[in-house]
Amino acid sequence: MTNSGIDMTASLFTNFCFAIQRFPKPEFESGYIEPETLLPLPRGEMLAWLDVAVLILALSLASWLILKKRSRMGVFWLSLFSLVYFGFYRQGCVCSIGAIQNVTLGIFTGNYTVPLVALIFFLAPLIFTLLFGRTFCAAVCPFGALQDMVAVKPMRMGASLNALLGMIPYLYLGMAILFAATATDFIICRYDPFVGIFRLNSSFGMFLFAGILLVSGIFIARPYCRFLCPYGVLLNWMSRLSWKHMTITPAECIQCRLCENSCPYDAIDYPQTKKDPIGRRKQVNRMILLVVLLPLLIVGGAWMGGLLHQTFAGVNPKVKLVRMLLTTDASKDKPEPPEIAAFRSSGIPQTQLMAEVAAIERDFLIGSRIFGGFIGLAFGLTLIGLIRTPYRTDYIPNRGSCFSCGKCMDYCPVESKSCTVNTEVSQRITENL
Amino acid sequence: MDKQSRRKFIRMAVRGAILGGMAIVTGDLLFRQEGSLFGKNRKSGPTVWQLDPAKCIQCGRCATECVKTPSAVKCTHAYSMCGYCNLCSGYFKPGTKTLDTGGEKQLCPTSAIKRTFVEDPFYEYTIDEALCIGCGKCVKGCGAFGNGSLQLQVQHHICDNCNECSIARNCPADAYRRVPLTDPYLLKGFGM
Repeated sequence: MTNSGIDMTASLFTNFCFAIQRFPKPEFESGYIEPETLLPLPRGEMLAWLDVAVLILALSLASWLILKKRSRMGVFWLSLFSLVYFGFYRQGCVCSIGAIQNVTLGIFTGNYTVPLVALIFFLAPLIFTLLFGRTFCAAVCPFGALQDMVAVKPMRMGASLNALLGMIPYLYLGMAILFAATATDFIICRYDPFVGIFRLNSSFGMFLFAGILLVSGIFIARPYCRFLCPYGVLLNWMSRLSWKHMTITPAECIQCRLCENSCPYDAIDYPQTKKDPIGRRKQVNRMILLVVLLPLLIVGGAWMGGLLHQTFAGVNPKVKLVRMLLTTDASKDKPEPPEIAAFRSSGIPQTQLMAEVAAIERDFLIGSRIFGGFIGLAFGLTLIGLIRTPYRTDYIPNRGSCFSCGKCMDYCPVESKSCTVNTEVSQRITENL
Repeated sequence: MDKQSRRKFIRMAVRGAILGGMAIVTGDLLFRQEGSLFGKNRKSGPTVWQLDPAKCIQCGRCATECVKTPSAVKCTHAYSMCGYCNLCSGYFKPGTKTLDTGGEKQLCPTSAIKRTFVEDPFYEYTIDEALCIGCGKCVKGCGAFGNGSLQLQVQHHICDNCNECSIARNCPADAYRRVPLTDPYLLKGFGM
């Protein structure tokens, strides 16, 4: 019965049709019982809330360990826990860095609702940083924890090199927002180097990228955090304005210089007591030049962004489809790519797709200009930051770039409250120097 | 007001402004859209990825693009739709003459479909999930000449639920979407 049935239906239905009951369900006489289709359930909703609870608890504990307890050991163990929980157990998803994109997509598009868990993962570290500094980076972020473990022989890098490489996160953040706002791609997730390590499964290229980051991380401490992390840009801004922040010394700085080389991330600002280290005239001239240059950098950036908008738009799958449709019309002998086949069978008129793509390209033009202007502004402000020489008497952590990891605290011989010097600590450290 | 306390005051004001800004964005996300927490049709709960079999064109990318190896997408059998055919177009390669379980006759590259005799002329087809790689070859065959009871679905006990599904990004038919965690399958079937 079925053999002849096949031949007949084969001639009738040459195209793929979904779910047509060509063969009636048999009526079994042997008492055969139809098996049930197994549909395993996903991880429960309650466990998603457990992640949120762990995040908030870890953030609170990290802030307490840094600001009150001043315990580097505590921060280390907490970061190890975060690495195991958010990294290896939760496999690096959901993460605060990637949540930037969910929030952006939610703000800019009408048909995407941000999951509440992703929204909390985005906001909670920002709020904690605004209050207590970047304690999230110190002990909660699994990426930071992983890189902290390998940073055994950190090198010092100059301020200009730090600032130059520090521009990359701005580019990354700007692009991530541009692509998320246009519902094009989540590039932070796509080029996430460490998620492959957490899952022990990744493409060769991403493994290589992670390997390079970890090996270079032995000498350049936390390369991802400092020179790539887009969320770090936001945390940097928050931390600059933070209500409280970690201090190197628990009481008054005695200028012993023991902490001078303790920071693997070049995040300690040295005392700067000279009024004008390069001469007043020169300083003022440079400042005027940069302030005049700043609007030019913004306009120039916006102009360059506008030039690149077609390239950026090319990442969007719909734009890609249209460009494919336009180019493959000529060569008919090649097999059609599945995208075009799917589009033809979907029954959407080509004019509608063209109109949609024109709108997307317009969005990209505006978005790319804003992106370019943003990069120009960030570059200008970085230059201004480099020539500013604010007056400082003590060794203090740079609020923007300090991860509040607490490594420098162990180098400080001053004991809290009493303001006395712990001779044992100072001796141990001078011996090591 | 001295310089120190003025600076402190400005910092406090900026902090307040940032928190206010965050509150506005959060409020916007929670209230504005239909489907958000306090909007109409609340659905801002956790979501998972699933593919719509009605849109799927069986291009084979589910097998290659998933971050899991083998893919979290598996062929799922909606038994309620199955015709229990002897000549199953999801099991046999086209043009197969003798209908037996010889490996060279099977469409499935990993022999993940088990064919068992039920009663004349009906055969039952079950999927060995451990072997299935989600290539969709059987799904294409079943959909073309059969009832379409074999369908690709993301299996949620395997899926990592990535923030951005890498198969979804590469799906030519735009068949992937986020679905509520409470209703995580889009399997189509008669009487389902």
